[in-house]
Amino acid sequence: MLIDVLSLLPESWVRHLPVLVVLGPMLLSPICAAMPKWRIAWALALFGIITSSVFAFALLQDVMAHGRISYALGGWAPPLGIEFAADMLNAPVLVLVSVIGVLATIFAMPTIVQDINEEKRSLFLSAYLLCFAGLMGVAITGDAFNLFVFLEISSISTYVLVAIGGSRDRRAFTAAYNYLIMGSLGATFYVIGIGFLYAATGTLNMADMASRIPEVADSKTIHAGFAFIVAGLALKAAMFPLHQWLPNAYTYSPSFVTVFLSATATKVAFYALVRLLFSVFSPELEFQQVVFTWVLAPMAAVAAIACSFQAVFQTNIKRMLAYSSVAQVGYMLMGLSLASAAGLSASMFHMINHALMKGALFMAVAGVVMSLGSSQLKDFAGVARKAPWTATALGISALSLVGVPLTAGFLSKVALFQAALMQDWWWAVVVLAISSVLAVLYVGRMLETVFFKTPGPAQLQVKEAPLMLLIPLWVLALGSIYFGLDASFITSLTDGAANVAFSGGQP
Amino acid sequence: MSNELLISLILLVPLLVAGAVLALNSIPDVREAATLVGACALFILCTVLAIRTGSGQEIALESPDIALGLTFAFKLEPLGAMFAMIASGLWILNSLYSIGYMRGSRERNQTRFYVCFGLALFGAMGVAMAGNLFTLFVFYEVLTLSTYPLVAHKGDENARRGARIYLLTLLGTSIGFLLMAVVWTFAIAGNLDFVEGGLLAGKVGPALGSVLLLLFAFGVGKAALMPFHFWLPNAMVAPTPVSALLHAVAVVKAGVFTILKVSVYIFGLDLLSALPGTEIVMWVGCFTIVVASLIALTKDNLKARLAYSTVSQLSYVTVGAMLANTAGASGAALQIAMHAMAKITLFMCAGAIYVATGKTEISQMRGLGRRMPIVFTCFLIASLSIIGVPPLGGSWAKYELMQGAVDADHIYVVYVLIASTLLNVAYLLPIALLGLMPPNADTLEVAGFKRPGGAPFLTVLPLAITAIGCFVLFFGVDVISDFISPVFGARP
Repeated sequence: MLIDVLSLLPESWVRHLPVLVVLGPMLLSPICAAMPKWRIAWALALFGIITSSVFAFALLQDVMAHGRISYALGGWAPPLGIEFAADMLNAPVLVLVSVIGVLATIFAMPTIVQDINEEKRSLFLSAYLLCFAGLMGVAITGDAFNLFVFLEISSISTYVLVAIGGSRDRRAFTAAYNYLIMGSLGATFYVIGIGFLYAATGTLNMADMASRIPEVADSKTIHAGFAFIVAGLALKAAMFPLHQWLPNAYTYSPSFVTVFLSATATKVAFYALVRLLFSVFSPELEFQQVVFTWVLAPMAAVAAIACSFQAVFQTNIKRMLAYSSVAQVGYMLMGLSLASAAGLSASMFHMINHALMKGALFMAVAGVVMSLGSSQLKDFAGVARKAPWTATALGISALSLVGVPLTAGFLSKVALFQAALMQDWWWAVVVLAISSVLAVLYVGRMLETVFFKTPGPAQLQVKEAPLMLLIPLWVLALGSIYFGLDASFITSLTDGAANVAFSGGQP
Repeated sequence: MSNELLISLILLVPLLVAGAVLALNSIPDVREAATLVGACALFILCTVLAIRTGSGQEIALESPDIALGLTFAFKLEPLGAMFAMIASGLWILNSLYSIGYMRGSRERNQTRFYVCFGLALFGAMGVAMAGNLFTLFVFYEVLTLSTYPLVAHKGDENARRGARIYLLTLLGTSIGFLLMAVVWTFAIAGNLDFVEGGLLAGKVGPALGSVLLLLFAFGVGKAALMPFHFWLPNAMVAPTPVSALLHAVAVVKAGVFTILKVSVYIFGLDLLSALPGTEIVMWVGCFTIVVASLIALTKDNLKARLAYSTVSQLSYVTVGAMLANTAGASGAALQIAMHAMAKITLFMCAGAIYVATGKTEISQMRGLGRRMPIVFTCFLIASLSIIGVPPLGGSWAKYELMQGAVDADHIYVVYVLIASTLLNVAYLLPIALLGLMPPNADTLEVAGFKRPGGAPFLTVLPLAITAIGCFVLFFGVDVISDFISPVFGARP
């Protein structure tokens, strides 16, 4: 890593790092809501998230140096007290979420002026900080019930964020309502599942649960709990066929919300799924293997193909990218259901890359929509002529989405292929290859429209996106290229994560 | 100059050209000078590279591990050095030609055109020097993507349609099949290095090996094996210089070069000759040779006919590689060089005719040779080289291939080659001969020049040079075959 953040922080802070990553944004959230001037609220939000990301980096370095870090909240020792635990599995997720958070907050400046009414902007930023804190909390907590609490914090604020789009496009209300119903179902399923596990093991601490589950693994209680948890979290992570809330939510929410959610929310839910499946339950459990092979893997395959196929026929560019997201979640689930260290590492790798590229894609689309006023694909004809920088970043990220060499998306796809081949899952490779070819179709259609179609009079009015949008956009796009040339940093993190999941961090 | 620096420079020069062209957007004369200087520099570097390779030096460059044990590696061997020389040498001539053509027909977006050309050459150099399959794949895709804007250059519905088919076919086959083959090979062998005698030798059985071979053969869409050949005729919507350098030389040759390289260094000729899949690929290749020639006969559009001729000629290389013996494989390698020289001449002739008269259909060209004698004479020479008439370069390639077919006991391949030769005669010779004949008796009118003064000098000069090149290759074949012989070893 470039800078040794850890050594820059005072010793007394280092001990409290696990809670600090959540605390700042959470405390700033009500202050933001009270701010009369939304620009001050924005500055506070940016400040809170930057501190969070510094702490997250420091935590990652600490974990890389010293292994798992346990933090007893309020001094109440786990397993009775709530534990925050950082290890190689969640430290990279914290860094990912907070870095994307910083970029998204910068991006928010020009876009919320357009999308959100003046009087709501401070409240909006307050809800955003809460959502961010919730996501970080999901990632850091070591307590299964506490995870539910953070999940709800982030979800409820997300419904608000999506619904704020309603002042521009009223369909955002139905999208948010739909999301609310589905999301609450998911959260309820999860908490029911935790209830079953609590009944069977008598603990809520994840590490404690993991040690007690093997004794009672064959009980109906555990099986039922497992099923509820997987269904609940899969819904949050937009696993096919529980993804119905996602396309509308992404299409109609304000562009800032789409960027932030697409790059973080499903990723964190995916992390939670990994955490529960690999560190609480274990892939060696017989019923879990059955679920991997006969439920998750087939669903992932259907998602990768069916949703890519749906993406090909979309006329709205945001909706097209949303379907592509569901398909990409399928890729990650495919890697996960291999139940091998290589598979898990590959799917975490793909998760990080997907956050980079989808964040950038939605940002670039938002940059064009700002001056174009439409997100219909046909209205994007030839916009590259008037907005070359935005369009080029869009092009780079789109190529990464297809998995073209020299981009990060290529390496993670190769990693997935390789992991599948190690287990002789030929059909999985074929599925991913077909899905990639479909991606060529929809991405090719988008790029052809943007770069080669003749612009009409409306398109000639398009202006280059503002600098505040171009900076985060290009950071992400260059990230996709950089990690396409040298991904050793990410793979060292994801290998570490897989190591934690499979051997509890012991080398 | 150290060998590492040499490799880096060869990769860097095309990129620098692209950058310089972009920066010099507003001064067209200097912009074109930048391309020419860059092309000459690249050719000199490639010549040095080839001389060093010929003298048996180890020329390699490898990056650190980028992820998953994959590295960018460059390692020169005679086939790659030959391909690099061909591509860079013809780039000089083609740049001259492009200047004449693009200005003569007043094309728009010329800066984008030259930038993409630079990027395409970057891809071609990377393919030529790749030291492992991963690097080869990466640059193969660079070549695909950088040529897409060139095919779509005109920007109208027709050009976009052609370019779409071009991109979808090439990306589709490479992601669908080739990438799978590469990763599969990685899974079996544990690395992707090009190894003398074959990386997979002794590691795969006949069934698995055959499946892999088929994935490779059809995954390399650029080799235009049927049924994945249709991108090539569709790519003819591009301006002629693109068809000339890229769709007769750099892109398609990168395809068959990949096939040859995979055959020699991934499978190895011994393993290849034992695989049942080899036979299948050879049948498909023979089928492509004959059927593409038959289709060529039906085309009245000159570029379309040349495109189908290219499809047919490319399969010579594939078939040669599948013969899996010294004569066959070296015939394949010779065919890469010989066909490049002849076909670029033919395309440049087609372009010169178009710039001068606006004619694209063969039936309109009768008698035109009287007005453009140099162009049609060169067309005749290049046609004869493709047909395989001595003393022109193409004859050696055909001779070696036939020798290889006899050695491998595949007599039907010899018949296919003979049939193809007859078909070559039927679809190529009439164009030149009718052009040089007097015009139709009833009209007695030759199509006039659309552009005052006929074809620009800069379009005629390069094609005259490459036509002479066809003679030179006939007499200089010893140099080439000595140069590439270490690749195939001394096999019976």
